[in-house]
Amino acid sequence: MKALLICEYRQGKLLESTYELLAFADVLAAERVMLLVGTEAAAPKFDGKVYLADSGVYGEFNPDLHKRLFLDVVQKEHPDYIVFIHSPYGWDLAPRVAAALKAAQVSEIIGVKEGKFEVPSCNAKLRRLVSPRSAQVVLTIQAGAFSPQGKPAGTPQIEQVSIEAGSSRVEFIGYEAAEKKEVDLAKAEVIVSAGRGVGKKENVEVIAALARALGGELGATRPVVDAGWVEHTRQVGSSGQTVSPKLYVACGISGAIQHIAGMKKSGFIVAINKDKDAPIGEVADVLVVADVMQFIPALLARLKK
Amino acid sequence: MKILVCVKQVPDMESRFKVNSEGVWYDEKDLAFKLNEYDEFALEQAVRVKEQLGNTVDITVLSIGPDRVVEAIKKGLAMGGDRGIHIKDDHPWQKDPWQIASVIAAFARDKNFDLVFTGLQSQDRGSAQVGGILAELLGFACATTLVAFELNGDLVTVRQELDGGMCAILKFKLPAVVTCQMGLNTPRYPTLPNIMKARQKELLAFPVTNFIGPKNLAATERMYLPEKKGHGLVLEGDVNEVADRLVGVLKEKTTVLR
Ligand SMILES: Cc1cc2nc3c(=O)[nH]c(=O)nc-3n(C[C@H](O)[C@H](O)[C@H](O)COP(=O)(O)OP(=O)(O)OC[C@H]3O[C@@H](n4cnc5c(N)ncnc54)[C@H](O)[C@@H]3O)c2cc1C
Repeated sequence: MKALLICEYRQGKLLESTYELLAFADVLAAERVMLLVGTEAAAPKFDGKVYLADSGVYGEFNPDLHKRLFLDVVQKEHPDYIVFIHSPYGWDLAPRVAAALKAAQVSEIIGVKEGKFEVPSCNAKLRRLVSPRSAQVVLTIQAGAFSPQGKPAGTPQIEQVSIEAGSSRVEFIGYEAAEKKEVDLAKAEVIVSAGRGVGKKENVEVIAALARALGGELGATRPVVDAGWVEHTRQVGSSGQTVSPKLYVACGISGAIQHIAGMKKSGFIVAINKDKDAPIGEVADVLVVADVMQFIPALLARLKK
Repeated sequence: MKILVCVKQVPDMESRFKVNSEGVWYDEKDLAFKLNEYDEFALEQAVRVKEQLGNTVDITVLSIGPDRVVEAIKKGLAMGGDRGIHIKDDHPWQKDPWQIASVIAAFARDKNFDLVFTGLQSQDRGSAQVGGILAELLGFACATTLVAFELNGDLVTVRQELDGGMCAILKFKLPAVVTCQMGLNTPRYPTLPNIMKARQKELLAFPVTNFIGPKNLAATERMYLPEKKGHGLVLEGDVNEVADRLVGVLKEKTTVLR
């Protein structure tokens, strides 16, 4: 068995998540070959073959050209698995590579069981066990699901790859950085976050009052920010800030993987949700099953005593 | 300009899920279904293109599934779609994303669509594959996870979200498939007059067998509830009593109330 692992590289740097691919290949007990569109200086620390395509030629983010590079290496190596991180880069490219190869794709793998792949469904309330039916298989693994053991080490054996660049249908113009963070939630000892379960913008004030009563900052989930109820600089999660306060209070938050990624390292987690099955319960030290707008005022009344 | 919007109907994620008797999917009984959240952004963006370019734009809203999915199509028509296509399939979950995309491609191939909008992913399956496979099958340009979209003539400029909120700016020519991320726009609520008007709009139904091509490449062997790893304390009941207990727990386990 052989796994071709697709590295991620951005703004001159290899992304750390790349090493999770190696950890996953170990779970599969597969031979490991890596592929990087980047620079030699950023090559992964790994004792094995790394195909390197120059990002100066093929662009750091050019899905059209990258797809063709991957297919070229697939032809050379005949891997059984082609593995990506389930990130915006991975989930963009994986289906295109899979379709071009007429290969099965399994998305967002969190485990391997009985030789099949375990994936979450319905906001992690359910699991599916998926078995691919094609000889070659494209896989994306959930970020954080397979942790590398120890520090990365090794010296790669670099092999340059090149293709006729030709014309790409999609032109990469450049990056646009995330907004500057005016509120640095990383320093807060207490964060009280509002999710969509708070119901409406006016109710956010009650959540903010709890944050103040606990001497902390207000945080929020992405849909609450997108709806304009709370400013973007307070968003917690994979596309917002990563926080680790002493106390995190999640109010009306379901606990999607992208939100949990930003707050799971908090010291103590309290969740208030009317849904006893909400996935936030998996990481919460205390789950209060209640309507937030009934519960928070009751809690505030006690804290003021 | 011809636009196709592919939408899916999914259960309300706040439901209590049970596995069906075959053990391979969730039991649909007692579940409330709604339009997949990401598809609302897709519909809204299509309607905005129509508002930008006027009545030369024709929007087809397509959904694969049992009769209940007509509700999702009608919502799309009430938001501003022009015609609906219901591809009837009583067990769409038995098809993997490759087959679903193949069905859509078989429908779309000879229709000269310029632009196809889909959601980034469905809320139930979450594979994030159909859009990308469809682009490949149709030979269209493709961009995913969009948080901004702009059309000038046949040139599209988009912002594609990457990790940590960073974006890539991409430019490409039509025809294209694009997948829409949360925050791309604020989907409108259909107004009552528009809901009434939507009832008059064309809605054609076809059996999925009309479009069946390749077989599944992957199959769900089993669906199950995750093992509860939650070690946490669950507090329920009278809010005042629960609030007292929570204050007690916070005093005992954290330093924030001292
Ligand atoms: C690429 C990508 C990046 C993302 N980045 C982020 C990110 O950085 N941060 C982020 O938060 N999300 C992010 N998301 C979105 C994420 O997937 C979820 O959609 C989001 O976290 C859900 O927010 P929520 O919990 O507020 O809303 P919902 O999932 O709608 O949950 C609302 C919860 O409130 C509960 N509820 C409803 N009413 C009440 C009530 N009266 N009382 C108590 N509880 C109630 C419900 O039971 C439910 O559990 C990202 C998604 C993608 C695809």
